[in-house]
Amino acid sequence: MIALLVRDLRLATRAGGGFGLGVAFFLILSALVPFGVGPDRAVLAPIAPGILWVGALLACLLSLDRIFALDHEDGSLDLLAIAPLPLEGAVAVKALAHWVTTGLPLVLAAPLFGLLLHLPPRAMPALVLSLAVGTPALSMLGAFGAAITVGLRRGGLLLSLLVLPLYVPTLIFGAEITRRGAEGLAIATPLVFLAGITLAVLALIPLAAAAALRVNLR
Amino acid sequence: MTLLRVQDLAVARGGLRVLEGVSFDLDRGRALILRGPNGLGKTTLLRCVAGLQAPVAGRIAMPEDAAAYAAHADGLKPALTATENLAFWARVFGGGDVEGALAAMELTALAHRAAGSLSAGQKRRLGLARLLVTRRPLWVLDEPTVSLDAASVARFASVLADHLGQGGAALIATHIDLGLPQARVLDLTPFRARPGAPATRPAGFNEAFA
Repeated sequence: MIALLVRDLRLATRAGGGFGLGVAFFLILSALVPFGVGPDRAVLAPIAPGILWVGALLACLLSLDRIFALDHEDGSLDLLAIAPLPLEGAVAVKALAHWVTTGLPLVLAAPLFGLLLHLPPRAMPALVLSLAVGTPALSMLGAFGAAITVGLRRGGLLLSLLVLPLYVPTLIFGAEITRRGAEGLAIATPLVFLAGITLAVLALIPLAAAAALRVNLR
Repeated sequence: MTLLRVQDLAVARGGLRVLEGVSFDLDRGRALILRGPNGLGKTTLLRCVAGLQAPVAGRIAMPEDAAAYAAHADGLKPALTATENLAFWARVFGGGDVEGALAAMELTALAHRAAGSLSAGQKRRLGLARLLVTRRPLWVLDEPTVSLDAASVARFASVLADHLGQGGAALIATHIDLGLPQARVLDLTPFRARPGAPATRPAGFNEAFA
């Protein structure tokens, strides 16, 4: 399992691996919104939590189809399926690798992009915390979508359609935590819900994704 | 000693059965060459034996985690070097000798080249070297000699002979003669599924309404 994690991280950071694309997309999005709605603090500050969370969602979506598609193309997925490693474990590890290369940089870069959107400084801890708790669920749900669409030509668009609705609960609670943080309210309740969603996803989705992969490999 | 026993196997591709009634035994130290025209279902049969696909009917009996599979795709990452690629599979499959496998397929000189910069034949040799690091007794090979030159085919045949000599076995779909005295040839043409015959158990939705 560690071998798979190391390989995926190494692949992501080599040329053409797509490391940093998510963050770059997030940056562009955060920079474009002030152009679209105007740089006024009174307009930007209230929508910043929502924009940041939607941006994180979309940035995460960009690299999802790579989770299994590349391994499927070069035959590695077949070989992983007959390896002693359980397929559920392989799914979990690949989702973890996706989170480390996409979700984690988003978490770390988010406060900086919050500045672009006039997010109040006191909201930064809530923003980082909500992303840190929520983005693992995004990667895992994405792995499920990628497992369903693996082997399809132009599966990326279908993947987005399948996965984005599943992101709704995470988005609602994540943005709510950030909004409450910006207004100086208590964030415990939505944080508990968000953590609950993430834990449920991490516990159940590897089984579903592995089942989808087995069907697709047939 | 029998490593693989296949009894009355029927396999389906795309929901329609292609082969049925296939039975054979494969002993340790022996190889079985599968022959038959294109589209007969050789690849499907091999995928069933490798465990990537469920058979429609029949039994495949072998020890757990015995099969190593090599098909048209070599499972190589172009951004990783030959050594890194092999080392990864060695770790996943529980540790074979990477250096030895590279040497066996005459890849030592290319060990630190990225797999993406290797030629088709060199990639294939690297893909076959992966079989050595899996340390599994049964090699399930689908056209292993594609894009290999004559010298490489001879090299691979000697590696295969060593594997058989050490108590391994191989199930191979190939059209060329590997010159192995331990090999037996099984022509699959007589096992082609008859479309009109009533299936006792449909292979899937398509066949149920065919």
